[in-house]
Amino acid sequence: MSTLEIKNLQVSVATETGFTEILRGVDLTINSGETHAIMGPNGSGKSTLAYSIAGHPKYTITGGSVTLDGADVLAMTVDERAKAGLFLAMQYPVEVPGVSVTNFLRTAVTAIRGEAPKVRTWVGEVKTAMAALHMDNSFAERNLNEGFSGGEKKRHEILQLELLRPKFAILDETDSGLDVDALRIVSEGVNRVAENSDLGILLITHYTRILRYIKPDFVHVFAGGRIVEEGGPELADKLEEKGYAEYISA
Amino acid sequence: MSTLTTNYLTPTGREEDWRFTPLSRLAGLHDSTVEIGEGVAFDLSIVPTGVSFEILDRSLVTASSKTKDLVISRVRETVTQIAKLAIAANSEIADPIYLNRKASGGKPIFSRTIINAGANSHATLVVENIGTEILGEEIEIILEPGSHLTFISLQEWDTQAVHVGRHHAVIGKDASFKSFVVTIGGSVVRLLPTVEYSGQGSSAELNGVYFATEGQHLEHRIHVDHNIPNAKSRVNYKGALSGNNARTVWIGDVYIHAAAEGTDTYELNRNLLLSDGARADSVPNLEIETGEIVGAGHASTTGRFDDEQLFYLQSRGISADIARRLVIRGFFSDIIGRIGIPAIEERVMNRIDAELESVGV
Ligand SMILES: Nc1ncnc2c1ncn2[C@@H]1O[C@H](COP(=O)(O)OP(=O)(O)OP(=O)(O)O)[C@@H](O)[C@H]1O
Ligand SMILES: [Mg+2]
Repeated sequence: MSTLEIKNLQVSVATETGFTEILRGVDLTINSGETHAIMGPNGSGKSTLAYSIAGHPKYTITGGSVTLDGADVLAMTVDERAKAGLFLAMQYPVEVPGVSVTNFLRTAVTAIRGEAPKVRTWVGEVKTAMAALHMDNSFAERNLNEGFSGGEKKRHEILQLELLRPKFAILDETDSGLDVDALRIVSEGVNRVAENSDLGILLITHYTRILRYIKPDFVHVFAGGRIVEEGGPELADKLEEKGYAEYISA
Repeated sequence: MSTLTTNYLTPTGREEDWRFTPLSRLAGLHDSTVEIGEGVAFDLSIVPTGVSFEILDRSLVTASSKTKDLVISRVRETVTQIAKLAIAANSEIADPIYLNRKASGGKPIFSRTIINAGANSHATLVVENIGTEILGEEIEIILEPGSHLTFISLQEWDTQAVHVGRHHAVIGKDASFKSFVVTIGGSVVRLLPTVEYSGQGSSAELNGVYFATEGQHLEHRIHVDHNIPNAKSRVNYKGALSGNNARTVWIGDVYIHAAAEGTDTYELNRNLLLSDGARADSVPNLEIETGEIVGAGHASTTGRFDDEQLFYLQSRGISADIARRLVIRGFFSDIIGRIGIPAIEERVMNRIDAELESVGV
């Protein structure tokens, strides 16, 4: 069993006029096998939390800690965090021209597993994972995310989740931009990984729709750079009905 | 025997055509007060069926085009023995024809070569530039109607080499010319890949890849002369720079004459700055004298690494140095992948990897 522990995390971004504080003390503990949903208004800092855990250079940590089984995540380089077992499915996956999906997947899997996958089993492994996500084989030869539709990018993120087998996955609005069928297919993909590997999930979303497929154990309300309320799945339904008005102080 | 008189001025560096070039490093190639000998630049070790290679006296040769370039004018004035490689009409030469440089022992030379692609022929020519030459040269390439020629010029020079050259193609009716200029080695390389058309339905694809490291000056001055109707051109050059005083210059001149209705042209230059202290100049220049064209456009960008791309790759466990290499290889891969000859594609990629290795990326 693993634990990802976020304590009093404070994060700023550099702006032209100085530093702007975005996260104002986030506390959250996720254990293997748990699914935590984070919901909150636009601009409240959800992606900032996700990026800060993954180590995006744009964000400056001004206080607090993130540990994975006691190891200091914030002291790790971006690739070390991934190797330690963290995975971020991005809200806006980045296009990398000239780098094919196969080449990318192979390089990433080699880095994470510490050795190159066996050629024989590897091709089958990728094909199976792609088929399960209803991705056409032709994606393997395309350039990384280049010209992918919004939904295709999200499927490709979950393909990586399946192949990289992290301990914890942060899914930043993976459901946005997915049609109803794709939502089901992608959710099943996440659940498959979760069942096979006791994955801990931090799922950022605006909609309860995805929570019908990926059942959260905990729901957190995020507003103004902090978690302002916590509860069970029923909290999501309440948010859907009433919105965030009561959490946004003037 | 010299029938021409030496009345060329020595460029001062203030001229538009020379303002980027470090004249003091040209070993006198540009300086009409310095005498430079001539040499036949190439050897053809194996002459494939359908190909002929001979040395002609210049009295038997007329230049395919005019030139205003001072070094090229000096080349024409000096060189009396001209190499000519001809591909027979209708022949299909499957394997690339390699033109090997003849070493001239490091003394500056001028040389002239003519390549003639016979009507409806198909061939690929590879010029390998290796060693420490100081060379001023002109390669004229005549494409007869219906011919298809791929011309690959690899500048893999040693660090001391100086290379000033013009590759001028005259493209006949329904002929297509594809060139790949790969410039990685040399102290100063200044190349003029230039194109004009002699018949309609013709096309030119001018591709280039360059990588300048500390102290190198790599200059490519493209000129496409759309002098007749219904011809097509595509220019795509990409370069990377790393290290102090790594310099690249890319000039893309495209002229669409009033008569050139139905012209279809697009030119692109992208530069990737991998360190401080490097400088890339990129000057696209499109002049259009008729509106009756299919299309004309250009784009030029010079930038640094995209941090978001690096972050994405690293967030998948890929270390920073491998991520940078993936991005750089990716940057060049669309051009290199179009060469279509796996051995050469691999050779060029390996050269780029070696450059990356040497600059510690
Ligand atoms: N470079 C930056 N400069 C200034 N402000 C920034 C910068 N980056 C992020 N922010 C601000 O930080 C806040 C939090 O952004 P973040 O992307 O984390 O929000 P979010 O909760 O993910 O929103 P959404 O639901 O729209 O995805 C926003 O107000 C955003 O404008
Ligand atoms: Mg967000």
